Amino acid sequence: MLEEIIIAGFGGQGVMSMGQLLAYAGMLEGKGVSWLPSYGPEQRGGTANCAVVISDEPVGSPLVTMPSTAIVLNNPSFDKFEPKVRPGGLLIINSSLVVRNSDRKDLKIIELTATDVANDLGNARVANMILLGAFLEQTKIVTEDSVIESLKKVLSEDKHHLLDINKQALKKGASLVKVAIS
Amino acid sequence: MGKVLMKGNEVIAEAAVHVGCKYFFGYPITPQSELVAYMARRLPEVGGIFLQAESEIAAINMVYGAASTGVRVMTSSSSPGFSLKQEGISYLVGAELPAVICNIVRGGPGLGNIQPAQSDYFQVTKGGGHGDYNIPVLAPASLQEIVELTEAAFDIADRYRTPVILMGDGMLGQMMEPVEFKERSEQEKTEKAWATTGTRGDGGPRIITSLELDAEGLEKRNWSLQQKFALIKENEVRYESYQTEDADYIMVAFGTVARITMNAINKARKNGIKVGLIRPISLWPFPEKPFIETRDQVKAYISVEMSAGQMIEDVRLAVNGHAPVDFYGRTGGVVPTQEEIYEKIITIAGGVSV
Repeated sequence: MLEEIIIAGFGGQGVMSMGQLLAYAGMLEGKGVSWLPSYGPEQRGGTANCAVVISDEPVGSPLVTMPSTAIVLNNPSFDKFEPKVRPGGLLIINSSLVVRNSDRKDLKIIELTATDVANDLGNARVANMILLGAFLEQTKIVTEDSVIESLKKVLSEDKHHLLDINKQALKKGASLVKVAIS
Repeated sequence: MGKVLMKGNEVIAEAAVHVGCKYFFGYPITPQSELVAYMARRLPEVGGIFLQAESEIAAINMVYGAASTGVRVMTSSSSPGFSLKQEGISYLVGAELPAVICNIVRGGPGLGNIQPAQSDYFQVTKGGGHGDYNIPVLAPASLQEIVELTEAAFDIADRYRTPVILMGDGMLGQMMEPVEFKERSEQEKTEKAWATTGTRGDGGPRIITSLELDAEGLEKRNWSLQQKFALIKENEVRYESYQTEDADYIMVAFGTVARITMNAINKARKNGIKVGLIRPISLWPFPEKPFIETRDQVKAYISVEMSAGQMIEDVRLAVNGHAPVDFYGRTGGVVPTQEEIYEKIITIAGGVSV
C-alpha cells in the first residue's frame, strides 16, 4: 500500500492540519508516513498545500508530484492539482468553493459542498474534517478511530471542547460519501 | 519514549538537547527558524541558555566563546546566514574548538529564495572560510537519521576538537516524520583538559587562540591540523549503498534527493534496468571506497543534485576516469522529481554516450 496525497486550499482552511492528522494517524497504526508542507512567502488567504505519504514500507520520496489522491478546497488548488492526479486516482472537491468541473474520465471524483455542510453543523472551520471523513470512507487508509486519537494529541487541551464537532464532521463526510456511492 | 511526529528542524534541536547540548546562539532565518524557536523554548527546561544574537556573525563568535569553556554548543542558519558565519568557523578550526553548525540550505546565490537547495556543497566541503582546512559534514536523508547524525556530530566535534557541519535542505527542515529518541547505550565522554574554565592554582593559564605570528610555528600548527584531517578521513566516512552489487548504472545523491532518486531507481529496476545508488552521508570526508569498489564494473555514474553540479566533482575524483560521470540537477530552489530522474536513467541506459 502506498498512498500519495496532496491537500490544497487557502491558508486558514486547515489543509496543513488535515495532512498532519493523516500522518499522525498513520504513525499510530505503525505505517510509514511523511508530511511535507509547501512553504514559501505565504500568508493567510494565500494558497497552501501539503503532501502526505502513507505506506506499508518506510517512506521513500516525501515529495509528491503525481498524487494518488488530491483533496482541493478552492479554485486555484483545483487548477493546480486536478491535472496532476495519476490515472485511476481520486479527486475530492469542496464544491462549495470550487466552481470548476473536471472533464477527466480517468479519475474517481467526489464532490462535496463541505463548507455549506460545515456551516449547517455550526462551524464553517470543520469543512476540512468533512472532506477528510469522505477521504477515509473512500480509501480506508487509516481508521476514523486513529484520526480521532490523533486529534486528541494535535489539539491542545484548551481546544478539546472542539473534539465533538470535529468527530461529527468526520462522520458526516463519511456518510455523504456512502450516499454518493449508492 | 515511543515515536513522535516532528518537523525536521525541531528534530535537530531535540537531538542536540538529547546529547547534552545546553547552549545555542542563533539568528532566525527561513527555512530553519523552527530550530531556533524550539531551542528558545527547550533549553531553559534543561538548565541551558538560548540566546538570540544580533546577527549570525555575533552568534558564531558566541559559539567560539562557549566552546572555549568545553561545553557542547550549537548554532544554525540557512545559506545567506551561514555565509556570514564563515569567518567564525575558520577561527573555530584554527583554535581547534568543538561545535556543531547546522546549515538548512536554501536557493542562492545572494539572498536567493527560501526553497530547498544543496548549492552550498562547495562551501561546506571545500573550506568555506579562509585558510587550509576541512570540516566534517554530515547530511541526513530522513528525520530518524537526523537524530543519529546530530548525536554523531557532537561526538565527532569533541573527539577531534573540530567544528562539525550538519547539512540539510529546506525540505528536510520543514517536513514531518515519525522519530524516536532512543537512550544512548554508551555516552562518549571526552576529557577537555584544554578548556578555559579559570585557574584554581592547578597549573598555568590555558590559551585558546588561532593566532600564531611565527610562520614556522603556524606551519607546524597547520601540519598538525592536516594530520587530524587525515585521521578524520580514515575514521569518519559514512555512506549507504543501495542495490549497487549488480548495477550497470549508479546514481549518486545525498539528503532528501537520495530518497527521491531511490523511488526512480525502484521504478527503473521494475523495468529491468540494473541501477543502484551511492548515498554519501559524510560529504567530507567524501566516501571514495564505494566508487573504487564499483568503478570498473559500472557503465556510468549519475550525480543527482539540487545544484548546478557540485558534488559531481568529488564523484569524478573518486571514479578517477574509470567510468563516465553524468549529471542531473535542478537549482534555485527547484526540487528534481522522481519522474525527471527516471527519464534521465532511461536516457542514459538507452545508450546515449556521455
